[in-house]
Amino acid sequence: MLQLERRPEASTTLRWLSPLLALALTVATGFLLFLGMGKDPIQALTFFFITPISDLTGLAELGLKTAPLLLCAAGLTVCFRARIWNIGAEGHFLIGAVAASAVAVSVGDAGGFLVLPAVLLAGIAGGMAWASIAAFLKTHLNCNEILTTIMLNYIALNLLLYAVHGPLKDPYGFGFPQSVMFADAALLPALINGTRLHIGLAFGLLAAVAVWVLFARSFIGYQLNVVGEDHRAAAFAGFSARRLTWFALLVGGATAGLAGAAEVTGPIGQLVPQVSPGYGYTAIIVVFLGRMHALGIIAASALLALTFIGGEMLQIAMNMPKAVTAMFQGMLLFYLLTCDAFIHYRIRFRRPLPAGLSQPAAPAGQEL
Amino acid sequence: MAVSAQRLKLQGIVKDYPGCRANDGVDLTVGAGEIHALLGENGAGKSTLMKIIYGVVQPDAGRIVWNGHPVTVENPARARQLGIGMVFQHFSLFETLTVAENIALGLPADEVRDRGALEQRIREVSEHYGMALDPRRFVSTLSMGERQRVEIVRCLVQESTLLILDEPTSVLTPQEVATLFKTLRKLARDGCSILFISHKLEEVRSLCDQATVLRQGRVSGHCQPKDLSASDIARLMVGDDTPIATQVSAAQPGDTLLQVQELSWQTGDPFGTSLKNIGFSLRAGEIVGIAGVAGNGQEELLKVLSGEITLKGEAIRFTGEAIDRLPPGARRARGLAVVPEERLGRGAVPVMSLADNALLTAAGQGLVRRGVIRRQRVREFARDVISRFGVRCSGEQSSASSLSGGNLQKYILGREACQSPRLLVASHPTWGVDVGSAVAIHQALVKLRDEGAAILLISEDLDELYQLCHRMGAICNGRLSPLAPASELSINQLGQWMAGNFEVEELADAAA
Repeated sequence: MLQLERRPEASTTLRWLSPLLALALTVATGFLLFLGMGKDPIQALTFFFITPISDLTGLAELGLKTAPLLLCAAGLTVCFRARIWNIGAEGHFLIGAVAASAVAVSVGDAGGFLVLPAVLLAGIAGGMAWASIAAFLKTHLNCNEILTTIMLNYIALNLLLYAVHGPLKDPYGFGFPQSVMFADAALLPALINGTRLHIGLAFGLLAAVAVWVLFARSFIGYQLNVVGEDHRAAAFAGFSARRLTWFALLVGGATAGLAGAAEVTGPIGQLVPQVSPGYGYTAIIVVFLGRMHALGIIAASALLALTFIGGEMLQIAMNMPKAVTAMFQGMLLFYLLTCDAFIHYRIRFRRPLPAGLSQPAAPAGQEL
Repeated sequence: MAVSAQRLKLQGIVKDYPGCRANDGVDLTVGAGEIHALLGENGAGKSTLMKIIYGVVQPDAGRIVWNGHPVTVENPARARQLGIGMVFQHFSLFETLTVAENIALGLPADEVRDRGALEQRIREVSEHYGMALDPRRFVSTLSMGERQRVEIVRCLVQESTLLILDEPTSVLTPQEVATLFKTLRKLARDGCSILFISHKLEEVRSLCDQATVLRQGRVSGHCQPKDLSASDIARLMVGDDTPIATQVSAAQPGDTLLQVQELSWQTGDPFGTSLKNIGFSLRAGEIVGIAGVAGNGQEELLKVLSGEITLKGEAIRFTGEAIDRLPPGARRARGLAVVPEERLGRGAVPVMSLADNALLTAAGQGLVRRGVIRRQRVREFARDVISRFGVRCSGEQSSASSLSGGNLQKYILGREACQSPRLLVASHPTWGVDVGSAVAIHQALVKLRDEGAAILLISEDLDELYQLCHRMGAICNGRLSPLAPASELSINQLGQWMAGNFEVEELADAAA
């Protein structure tokens, strides 16, 4: 009989091995799935995982998708470490994009060094404003942040749609729901010339470093950890849960808002309804896969970015549905959560105890 | 003793848990109508052994003989069917149900159809054994002592012939203890065997016929407790190399440090206790004790003093300053330290290292500068606490959860003591702690007192209170009795206070 048995101490090895195990299981399941669909699995997996990053352009595209994931994930790490389950990065991202676009559109063709910082700051402020709604509801009305942030995501999406159909719509855009193309002064500079990769990736890496410093060195990072691990110890120590909730959600809003701003001022150059393919949601997987650790989320962002590009590649090259991306992301999270169970538990094979226990001589069954 | 009179016989019981052997070849024999004590320190394996008898866990080796027949107790239902009843330390009663309903839950369905007959049976059994109970009352309205009666009557209605009681006196006042003992003696005379688990030696000596002592999972001795002194039994429990008690010199009280007047606080928790008009004062260099049965407002009083609960008025004055509105950090900065009752999960974060746990309350000791943690200093502070308080661990990087209860408690107390507090509020500091650590903790408290700190000791352990305290009182249902010098306070009087028999006006007289 198989039994799950609690380990005396959590396994550190498995904590770091679990994401790799999950990835291996995802690839193996993908292999079987492609086989079942009648496609060549080796070829499909090559298109999904290898081809997209086999040249400089491909790597630049990978960096382009990594940047928003990493920014969102950095903010979510701050929240999740404190067990504040902020699912709202998607909403913060969209509002950040809208706010940045509003500034970029209103500045018009006016140039100057201050335009881009103003646009980016508008994105950050937009994300923070959106996050502060959930923070207020949590700290003052004790509303569950999972529910409020999810619902706010839908409101954010509708605000974005309103913006591109209304106030921010390009009047000469033949009725398409999108803004004008931004002026050059409002666009992020390229990181590698000749590719679409912009300095948004540097923002992401800086955010990851900031997260590392926050949790390795700062007292507020320590307080966030304590609140997450043990809220009663935090109350005993006198760490204000209210203050820390505001801090975590505002940081989450700021980074996701910046990611949204960097997306419209980077590769897209205008506000469009499909500005996010779900970066804010995927970032949640990134944080768990990356073990809520700076280095981990950098690696996980790159991997999840690859699933976006690989999915597109399969659509083009092998005529597969777009759902492949979501499926790989879903499998990855599913296997990760499964593997994570073995950090605290192990499987033991146990035979049912014979009656009369280990005394074969005892007349078993001869009970009262 | 004849074989037929052996109600329960355990032979060579072994139980392994990951990382430790909780029972290692334990033998135990309980005769019919015998009151048998199972003694041992926390962690000696008493709980595991009784869980094995009651079928909660299965032994890895050994055998259980019940009335002369080897049996396998697969689960508690089987145990009850055999006639084994158990009263856990933490009662398993539904507060929103009546006494009769709670008892009905443990019985076969066909026995509870006739509710009237069941209530009649409950009345008969409870009156026969001097434990008057109204079957229709809701459990939420009962005192701890009455709730314990429900548990015992439940076992008797199930016709148990072996009753296991786990630390039954820890929730009772001295008077209630006396009543309980009368009941148990009568039960024994009627042929019911009783397995009495305790670490209170005087109680065991007055009640029990036989005793089995466990130490580190093994039987370290069988004895007849009436023939031995309490310190002889203690030696069996802890071994030869552990000091058993600490010598306490007389206190030299100084100026008043803490003045609490007309402190009231209304709880929002349906199972919490409101504080009602509490008043007392505490002087530098004295230890004041507050006795009481658990759940009478101790936790709330601690939170109000620590700042986890803040108030609006000016009921709490610390060195003359009203601190009612101050949060915990500000109170700590003024020299008010607290050791909470729960070690893991309030006093310390289980998964964090001892060094990180130092930061929980000692950040103000120069361990953080401009929001940046000074790791080197944190490690030094933690190492200092570990060495000064003899905390047994593999170093300051060990996780809090890897320490034994006693060692973690020494670390938590040391963390507060190393910050030289002016006032230390300690709640149940030796609860669940091994004897050696308890002595070390008592010595640390006395040393702190002699250095001029005021100490408020909230405890359920009356021996501890009498040993350490200069003055003491009791808390009952959120009201605090007057405080009296420990040397003049009889245990009878204290028991009355623990049961709530005091006039709060007396306090005004005592203070005047």
